[in-house]
Amino acid sequence: MAARRVLPGFGLSLGLTVLYLGLVVLVPLSTLALTAAGLSWDQLWAAAAPRALAAYRLSLGCAFGAALLNAGAGLLVAWVLVRYPFPGRRLVDALVDLPFALPTAVAGITLAALYSENGWVGARLAALGLKVAYTPLGIVVALTFVGLPFVVRTVQPVLEELDPEAEDAACSLGATRSQTFFKVLLPELRPALLTGFTLAFARGLGEYGSVIFIAGNMPLKTEIAPLLIMIKLEQYDVAGATAVALVFLLASFSLLFGLHLLQGRGARAAAPRRLPREDAA
Amino acid sequence: MNIEVRGVTKAFGGFVALRDLSLTVPSGELVALLGPSGSGKTTLLRVIAGLAAPDAGQVLFDGRDTTARSARDRRIGFVFQHYALFKHMSVFENVAFGLRVRPRDRRLPEAAIREKVTALLRLVQVDWLADRRPSELSGGQRQRVALARALAVEPSVLLLDEPFGSLDAKVRLELRRWLRRLHDEMHITSAFVTHDQDEALEVADRVVVLNEGRVEQTGTPEEVYDHPATPFVYQFLGSVNLFRGRIEAGRTLIGDGAVALPGPAPAAAGSAAVYVRPHLLEIHRHPEGESHFKAVVGRLVPSGAVVRVELTTEWGESVQVEASRERARSLELRTGEEVFLVPHDVKVFHHPGR
Repeated sequence: MAARRVLPGFGLSLGLTVLYLGLVVLVPLSTLALTAAGLSWDQLWAAAAPRALAAYRLSLGCAFGAALLNAGAGLLVAWVLVRYPFPGRRLVDALVDLPFALPTAVAGITLAALYSENGWVGARLAALGLKVAYTPLGIVVALTFVGLPFVVRTVQPVLEELDPEAEDAACSLGATRSQTFFKVLLPELRPALLTGFTLAFARGLGEYGSVIFIAGNMPLKTEIAPLLIMIKLEQYDVAGATAVALVFLLASFSLLFGLHLLQGRGARAAAPRRLPREDAA
Repeated sequence: MNIEVRGVTKAFGGFVALRDLSLTVPSGELVALLGPSGSGKTTLLRVIAGLAAPDAGQVLFDGRDTTARSARDRRIGFVFQHYALFKHMSVFENVAFGLRVRPRDRRLPEAAIREKVTALLRLVQVDWLADRRPSELSGGQRQRVALARALAVEPSVLLLDEPFGSLDAKVRLELRRWLRRLHDEMHITSAFVTHDQDEALEVADRVVVLNEGRVEQTGTPEEVYDHPATPFVYQFLGSVNLFRGRIEAGRTLIGDGAVALPGPAPAAAGSAAVYVRPHLLEIHRHPEGESHFKAVVGRLVPSGAVVRVELTTEWGESVQVEASRERARSLELRTGEEVFLVPHDVKVFHHPGR
């Protein structure tokens, strides 16, 4: 028998968990799978058309790039928020959550206006020969905006728990600043950073509202997978939309699952393997 | 390596942790920085280590000014109060860290690192824990690993911040004797911070008593215990009874002038604070010697080898006396009884003219 727990009800809570996840996540997704199961091979083949393949590639690539950018920048923001007490820190802290709250379309329109060739930022970048709006770069900009809070909010609590004395210890042992960062700080933050990255990446894959305004949506060039699905639906091509959605879903899920496995490995390595022993000190 | 601290001042916002503080740690000695919390002792240790920069003053190692050098270049070993072990590394890797981060041209080959770390782990008696992670160790084991890690870089100075602070009483006692033996073998110039006077008196060659960012007294454990320079030192080192008294006509009087204490007193008249340690007051059934006073027995508290007796003097001040078990038994003390107290050694701090 399992050891007695303080809070009882494993059976009940697991049952509720399965029911809840089933209703909220699995039923809609399996409907998708069921619809796809009714498709013929030809209809399924639509999911492998060049236009669809380009959309997957774009969606995955931009989401990955934006998540990577956020992993770096989010770590920095979290670091500054945790380690330095500066005036207005609470305000900056609240600002981080804004991309969560803002309707994504608002973000998309604002970004498009800013980064278009006659926009405030876009005009200056255009002078440097850099085109952002209506290119994959614009998609990365939009996804970076919506993904930032995920990294900051996962890394921040871990950083708060981290003992600055470990950094002092590394310094007293002769480590340079970069050695202290890479050998002492980063290994402690890696699981949280990976979680934040995964969340930002997942959000980037599914993001629609903020991207379509800045992307330009040119087939084969700047058309993301979620938009391709919408376009097919608007053309009453339910079969095509379903096929694309299914492929995109499977690809996203296997990527996220892989990242979760990676996190699990990190977490196991960090966890104690045996209980502390209080003998022979 | 001889350490000299010259006129160091350090403030955190409005709080002044160190005020124009100077001290010397002679080469090869083990020095205790003793003081209550807030006395600046940890800040002092961090300034010596180079982990905190002083606002004013200098730190000299062997006469050379090292104030501007970072902790990385000072060749110090620092043991942190909460050990600050690297949680994601094994015990072995923690100890090897200082050897692995050396610039490539000064780095030992892997085999030499292994050999050295193994030898260090054996020295601190935790070689059988090499593959564990810090979270799997007890407090005492962590402390030993932290010490081995600091020793791995062959420091010329070893600094320990409350090295036994978070250990339970038995381990603490064992570990401080062990540290003393280790120091006797290695003779590395060491300073440790503590708020526990027993620890300082037992382990250190020299004790520096700190209070409010200043040095109150420096000396051997015997010197500071037997000849405290200030009332603070007397009060801080061990328990103490305080009597308000006066100095008049070359005599020290306590108890509203009713009791004259033996021994010479300063010539100038004034108020005086008279300190007596509880074990230096003797309880008698009958008047004894030339200096004694009456007191009423209150509570009797057996405490290990001694019995603590709480009494009230005839003029109403409360007094604590420590008597051996045998003495207490032979006296057959009862609460409410009147007895005579004979002070054996008093310390008078004199304020002339007040």
